[in-house]
Amino acid sequence: MRVDETFHWPINKKETMNEDIFQGYKGEALALLKKYSVRVWGTAEVETSRGHFSGTILPRSENDDDRHIVMKIVTGYNIGIDTDTVLSMKETGYKKANYKIPEKEFPYTQGLPHVKLLGTGGTIASRLDYRTGAVIPAFSPGELYGAVPELADICNLDTEKIFAVFSENMGPKQYVALAKKIGEEIEKGVDGIVIGHGTDTLHHTGAALTFMCQNLPVPVVLVGSQRSSDRPSSDAALNLMHAMTAAGHGNIAEVMVCMFGPTSDEYGFLHKGTRVRKMHSSYRSTFRTIGDTPVAKVTRQGVEPIKPEFHPRRKDRNVTIIPTFDDRVAMLYYYPGMKPDMLHSIIDNGYKGVVWVGTGLGHINKEMYPAVERAKAEGVHQYMTLQTIWGYVHMFVYDTGRDMMAKGIIPAGNMLPEVAFIKLGWALGQTHDPEEVKRLMLTPVNDEITEREPYNGYLVYQGGVPEVEEFLKKVHK
Amino acid sequence: MRLKKKLKLNIKTVKNLHPRKNFELTRKQIGYIDRSDACQADYDRIGFISGLEVHQQLQTESKLFCRCPAGNFQKPNEYNAEIIRHMRPTLSELGEYDGTALMEFKTKKEIVYRIAHRTACTYEIDDTPPFHVDREALQIAIQIALASKMNIVGEVHITRKQYLDGSIPTGFQRTAIIGVEGEIPLKNKKVRLIQLSLEEDSCREVSDIGHRRIYRTDRLGMPLIETVTYPDMKNPDEVKEACDYIRFLNRSTNNVRKGIGAGREDVNVSCSGGTRVEIKGVAHTKWIPELCHVESFRQWALLAIRDKLTAQIAKANWKCSYVELNPKDFNFYYPPLLQAMERKEKLYAVNLPKFGGLLSHFTQPERPFYDEFTHRLKVIACIERPNMVTSEDLDDVISHHVFESVQQLLHTGEDDAQIIFWAPEADVHTALDVIEERALMTFDGVPQETRKSFVDGTTIFERVLPGADRMYPDTDSAPIPITTSWIDEIRQHVPEEVHTRYLQLKEWQVPEDCYSYLFTHNYYPLISKIVTELSISPKWVGVFFGQKLKHLHGQYKAINFDLQRIYDLLAFLLKEKIDVAIAQKMLNELFLHPNMDFESILTVLKFKRVSKEEILGRVDFLEDKFFPIRKNSIKPDKVNSIMGQLRTISEGNICLEELAKNITKE
Ligand SMILES: [Zn+2]
Repeated sequence: MRVDETFHWPINKKETMNEDIFQGYKGEALALLKKYSVRVWGTAEVETSRGHFSGTILPRSENDDDRHIVMKIVTGYNIGIDTDTVLSMKETGYKKANYKIPEKEFPYTQGLPHVKLLGTGGTIASRLDYRTGAVIPAFSPGELYGAVPELADICNLDTEKIFAVFSENMGPKQYVALAKKIGEEIEKGVDGIVIGHGTDTLHHTGAALTFMCQNLPVPVVLVGSQRSSDRPSSDAALNLMHAMTAAGHGNIAEVMVCMFGPTSDEYGFLHKGTRVRKMHSSYRSTFRTIGDTPVAKVTRQGVEPIKPEFHPRRKDRNVTIIPTFDDRVAMLYYYPGMKPDMLHSIIDNGYKGVVWVGTGLGHINKEMYPAVERAKAEGVHQYMTLQTIWGYVHMFVYDTGRDMMAKGIIPAGNMLPEVAFIKLGWALGQTHDPEEVKRLMLTPVNDEITEREPYNGYLVYQGGVPEVEEFLKKVHK
Repeated sequence: MRLKKKLKLNIKTVKNLHPRKNFELTRKQIGYIDRSDACQADYDRIGFISGLEVHQQLQTESKLFCRCPAGNFQKPNEYNAEIIRHMRPTLSELGEYDGTALMEFKTKKEIVYRIAHRTACTYEIDDTPPFHVDREALQIAIQIALASKMNIVGEVHITRKQYLDGSIPTGFQRTAIIGVEGEIPLKNKKVRLIQLSLEEDSCREVSDIGHRRIYRTDRLGMPLIETVTYPDMKNPDEVKEACDYIRFLNRSTNNVRKGIGAGREDVNVSCSGGTRVEIKGVAHTKWIPELCHVESFRQWALLAIRDKLTAQIAKANWKCSYVELNPKDFNFYYPPLLQAMERKEKLYAVNLPKFGGLLSHFTQPERPFYDEFTHRLKVIACIERPNMVTSEDLDDVISHHVFESVQQLLHTGEDDAQIIFWAPEADVHTALDVIEERALMTFDGVPQETRKSFVDGTTIFERVLPGADRMYPDTDSAPIPITTSWIDEIRQHVPEEVHTRYLQLKEWQVPEDCYSYLFTHNYYPLISKIVTELSISPKWVGVFFGQKLKHLHGQYKAINFDLQRIYDLLAFLLKEKIDVAIAQKMLNELFLHPNMDFESILTVLKFKRVSKEEILGRVDFLEDKFFPIRKNSIKPDKVNSIMGQLRTISEGNICLEELAKNITKE
């Protein structure tokens, strides 16, 4: 199951005349439809050894088997008919579905900020085709206004779809293009930028844009949804409203991720792109700031900073775009008994950087040392981050840590593993000089390494303990 | 035609209209009669039709899509966490929002879910996708679909059915068709079944006050089946009969839950020219006939109201006007209104042109037409009742001088009617929309809606009926194939037809008043087993369960022993050659001492084994001693007297009929 991206029927593909009438069907089911000349979207009467069925033939998902035909019966439900039981079929009518989302003009309101929404492919708002279940994304301002009319009270909106990729397919190429786009839009004078994004790798993009777009004069807010917007209880509309509010009205000019604070429909959090992580596979409140508190709380009424220090909004347009990335970077998650061949093969394959994700304070086994030394000798940059996610790498505490540093692994402070990975790619895109790379890596752009961890930075509410249970009961989850 | 003449008369008298008299008059005009006086011809006259959606919880260990326990309930104030959601209307096929849904959304209803750890996990609150469908539930659903003579689908597709009332945190119910096109036999006809679906149950409501509706999530996700009939029922009694049959059929599998709320019905009713209106969650079938009766006439009345209105003005020309009132300008004494003013709520008057004589028009017993407005204000605009008064209230709560001033303020015509409502400032706009919308619906007759039922047979507005297009595939679940071999295997466990059992009981001469109890609790299989294996008179066994057990069941509220013990008890008596008549007394002891062995029960009852010959010997002795007390009724007195003296010793040792036969009758 995909939590953040909605399943699409094959209808969204370019339709070719021949295959079109049997969308998604193959093998036995396709043969049967052909035999009785029944098309997808045809209304059909089907005699089977289990009795009579009538309804509209629907497309079949390409990943499902070839032994069933999908039908929507008159009550609106879908059923499957076992091909082995079919005695005869007859098409009695034909009505192809029409997918279009009517546009309403997004109203222009004097005095409201101008926000640019950049689309990357995740479905932020959508409407549903009830016949197929196909989700038709709403993206143009007019479509979005139709889906979330409240947006018109927040800002004047302009939208642009720059890619159509699922979150997991976002990568260096897209980061670079996005960064350049952000630079252009800021120069054009927007008051804030919102980026619609699938949630799986939202935090990778957040980190990449933080490094690539420095000295921002306006907010850049990344937003997604954990429940697609065709659901009445979706978080999409509220996330979008929060993001538009943060981008248009907020005073924090940083790259931030805007998602639900609690799972309840109450408020959103703005997280620094460099300190945020997706921490639950399906919860609405999946994004958490690690090792610090979120930057701000956001409601439809406005942005309420939590951290007193932030980069404020500016009138000028002096943004620094550094759109570089060397994708010869790998991440090694250490596990007990790991063999040095893992690292050797990385070196052999021409990688230039390795982000280690070590145990405890930042450890890997002794067996790995010769390979680590070889990596250093061959100019591979190595940085140490933590499996514990929370806390700092402390390589001075034990001899082993000091050994590793001597052999070439540089501790990355409390930088999150994913952030270190992105940053190393970005740094290597600019230079391969070890000292310069090290300087870039260890000089924080926006708190990817912090000097102090606030006492309330580590907050993993552990259920079962009376005080936490009491807290949960009093405060909405 | 007759109606039109009276209509003219009505219009002329609007000015001096007496609401109560108008209510009674219009009740007569539409031809409303009590159900006890109604016959088929009355229902044919208004074109009564009805269909059913019968819900039944299944007896499974787990919930349908997660592994939380099913049938584990939390107390109203027992919860470990609260979660808040708002249900947002999704765009319809045409890319538009449903008007009322949007109105409801704008009033910002806050839905609060109270979660208890032991009854819910992250699935229930829609923070985890569904797990595999519960196999046990699927199997029971197929079994019942087969018993309902349905065509079983080749593949089960989980579908989402939208609900915006918050009763399900996702905003939709996961549901799937198991079978289509079945049928059940009634006494005089067959009723066709549209489909049977397997679905997850919804939350239980804790409260619904103002902008906050609270639910418990314990029942949420429990497996439930829904059997839907065609609208084949032509009078209220048939609806109950069909409903009973479906419930008995479900029970006959022994795989369904019993108790309050385990079985619930939605009854769809319409009259000719009316609309399918859904009466939700009827907990007991005995209420069905009255509810259907009243609803069919409510629709008939709404059509009469429509005709009276459209005779005066076209919908396109109709427009209402309103004005805010300053409470200080009026002399109010109606307590709810005064309290609202204390809460600083706003007071508005709305003029409804040409609604004179309509607001107090009969719709249901003790419910005039304005009832339709007040409940919509509560549900859609979230304004607690009482929330309005009208110029035609049956009870005088506001001085008519108030309305005279309001009429002047609004420049009303003499055929108009007015509503005065009060609401918190934020809800005024929605309230005005709600009143206007309902007034405009009057031109179209019967609005599509779901209604909440009361024991007296009347109903009130509950929710706007969601649009027809509210079903779409669940993209979180894969289709589940149902193989023919699995169906064949389940078919082996399909119980015999309830109808066949009816006929058998009849043949056994078990009185008909026993049936409902026997089928409700599915005792037939046990009765049949006793009759076949123990060769006890079927009629006696039927009565033993249908009357004796029923009586004690009612008295003790619950049966606290395994029913197999009844079989064992009778088998024990046969083996010990003790007459089964004593089983009745023993049954009472069984309720008191559910685990006591039968021999001990006999001791408690002070039963002694005495031979038939010895008892009959005593008859001769007593007959000799018998002297009639009253001269004119010798025979019965003698038999009764001797039977009375020997009853205790005879019970279990000799059948009482046999004893009676041995007393000389002269
Ligand atoms: Zn659960």
